[in-house]
Amino acid sequence: MSEQPRDNILELTGLTKRFGGLVAVDNVSLHIKRGEVFALIGPNGAGKTTLFNNVTGLFRPTSGNVLFDGRDITGFKPHQVARLGIARTFQNIRLFDYMSCLDNVRVGRHVRMKAKVWDSLFKLPRERREEERVTDEAMEVLRFVGIAKHANQYARNLAYGQQRRLEIARALATEPKLLLLDEPAAGFTPQEKVELMALVKKILNRGITVFLIEHDMKVVMGISERIVVLDHGEKIAEGSPEEVRNDTKVIEAYLGKSA
Amino acid sequence: MSNAAPARRRSLRERIGFRERIRDRDTAVYGILILLALMFPLVSYNITEGTAWISHATRAGYWVLLAIGLNVVVGFAGLLDLGYAAFFAIGAYTYALLASPQLASSPANHAVHISFWILIFVSLMMAALFGAILGFPTLRLRGDYLAIVTLGFGEIVPQLFYNFDQWTGGINAVGLIDQPLLPAWVQGPWSGDPEFKIVSPFNFNTDPVAYYVLVCFLVAIAVVLVTNLYNSRLGRAWMAIREDEVAAAAMGINTVTTKLLAFGIGASFSGFAGAYYAADVALVSPDNFLFIVSITVLVMVVLGGMGNVSGVIIGALVMYYLIFILIPGLPEIVTGFASNVGLGSLNQSTGDWPGLGEETQRLNFIIYGGILVAVMLLRPQGLLPSRVREQELKHAAVQEEEAAIEMSHA
Repeated sequence: MSEQPRDNILELTGLTKRFGGLVAVDNVSLHIKRGEVFALIGPNGAGKTTLFNNVTGLFRPTSGNVLFDGRDITGFKPHQVARLGIARTFQNIRLFDYMSCLDNVRVGRHVRMKAKVWDSLFKLPRERREEERVTDEAMEVLRFVGIAKHANQYARNLAYGQQRRLEIARALATEPKLLLLDEPAAGFTPQEKVELMALVKKILNRGITVFLIEHDMKVVMGISERIVVLDHGEKIAEGSPEEVRNDTKVIEAYLGKSA
Repeated sequence: MSNAAPARRRSLRERIGFRERIRDRDTAVYGILILLALMFPLVSYNITEGTAWISHATRAGYWVLLAIGLNVVVGFAGLLDLGYAAFFAIGAYTYALLASPQLASSPANHAVHISFWILIFVSLMMAALFGAILGFPTLRLRGDYLAIVTLGFGEIVPQLFYNFDQWTGGINAVGLIDQPLLPAWVQGPWSGDPEFKIVSPFNFNTDPVAYYVLVCFLVAIAVVLVTNLYNSRLGRAWMAIREDEVAAAAMGINTVTTKLLAFGIGASFSGFAGAYYAADVALVSPDNFLFIVSITVLVMVVLGGMGNVSGVIIGALVMYYLIFILIPGLPEIVTGFASNVGLGSLNQSTGDWPGLGEETQRLNFIIYGGILVAVMLLRPQGLLPSRVREQELKHAAVQEEEAAIEMSHA
């Protein structure tokens, strides 16, 4: 295992986010290797989602840097981050409720499409061809996550688990190099969790690095190669699932000091 | 496994039904509209022995254009624009100033007369430009705040046309506006001529039928372009922003430029309509672009069915009929009705009673308001809603019901 910097798809150095007096993310440094599944865990309110928001440009870090694929993307706008190849899902599913599943995924393709206003206004042949191609690609992604038969239903009308899958499909449609999943297994049955883990493996096989936040320890331990634990915005542990599980600080954070 | 098969079959049927319903309804509506548009001049000429109805139709046409344009901003992108008349004014004044003797009495000292067919695009560009200028600093605002800023813009623009009276004539308005010219035109029974003849060259001057044909073309072009946009990358981006701006941005949509495009494109239709309007009425004054115009267009969009192009056209036509034909004609109808049923005495003014006709006229805004309230109560989704809007309201109603049930259990 060579530790060249080029092998890291994402590097955070001293990332800090303050909201007034509250330090939501406190001087966190971590790196994610290309092609691995990396998990971020921690108790509620530990700052996990805030960290995601800083990476994807929804928040601007108070200090510290975000390096993606060797490029400093600190303070980039969300759409710029998405264009560079980071896609995400949301903790509370944020689909476009009153658009069809197909359209949700086609919105994901937006960033890889070239049609300009003029092409669309006059339905030029190259716009038509692109639309057809994108529709095929979107159907392909829907099949990949296993909800192709719902393509023409409103996202609003899908079952909960299917909505989670659709959100992943929409994110995959942007052709990310790094996929951020925010609690993908929340509210899932054990069966659905197994299916989710299989899906993450499939995503990994496409050459996409996965960075996930998850509470369910079975899922985390089952799929991730490395784990970072946050508590009160600080990184308190990092390592393989095995190491993290036996870390005293982690046990304290989750179970309280007496345990 | 036994459950899976029927579920799949049902979803397939739903899927097909879903697509066909949308396609069928729009095809039907447009088919009927085209048919009516074709028959209208002949029929109305034969019934009224004149072109009064056609004049009405030409005026209804620019409201339709305005409604189609505002629908892009409000219906597609979900941005509330209360100053839409400003862009209409900019389009109208662009044409009025560049195709009338007005600039001869301005500091420029030289009248400009450019062809309508060129200026209609210049007006379009001017309105789009101002849409972008207004949009650039303001589109970071959301919801109510954006509405207030556009409201302010809508108030400022007519004031500017008032006050730059050296150039615009201010309150005296711009008159003697050029009429469009065409190399050739066919006249026939629909415009009062006993037989067909080819006029060449043809000046639109005072021929409502020519304006009617023109506005039908403009509306048709607008519908095609807007429908193309709706089914495109940009259309989906607008809807995504309307649904969830944060998620849209995270999917790589530049929300600022996308909203700016909605504003600019919406405004450009208004500029289009403005140029046509200036040519048709041949007299443009700042009073034609007051707040009430913006509100009327918004009412047309909401009442017709926000987000649905065919619905918005119907909304504009219905509202035009209501505001400009039905309500002004109401006193006459009411007095006629009263004398027919033997209540003719009500038509006389006695003491405080001004007479039924006069009274109806005084009440016209109450009647108008009452009709709006009634329509919105009976059909909140609009006359011909987009599927999305219909679903949203249905879900909202279900949620309210569930909440009410929960409350009653608590």
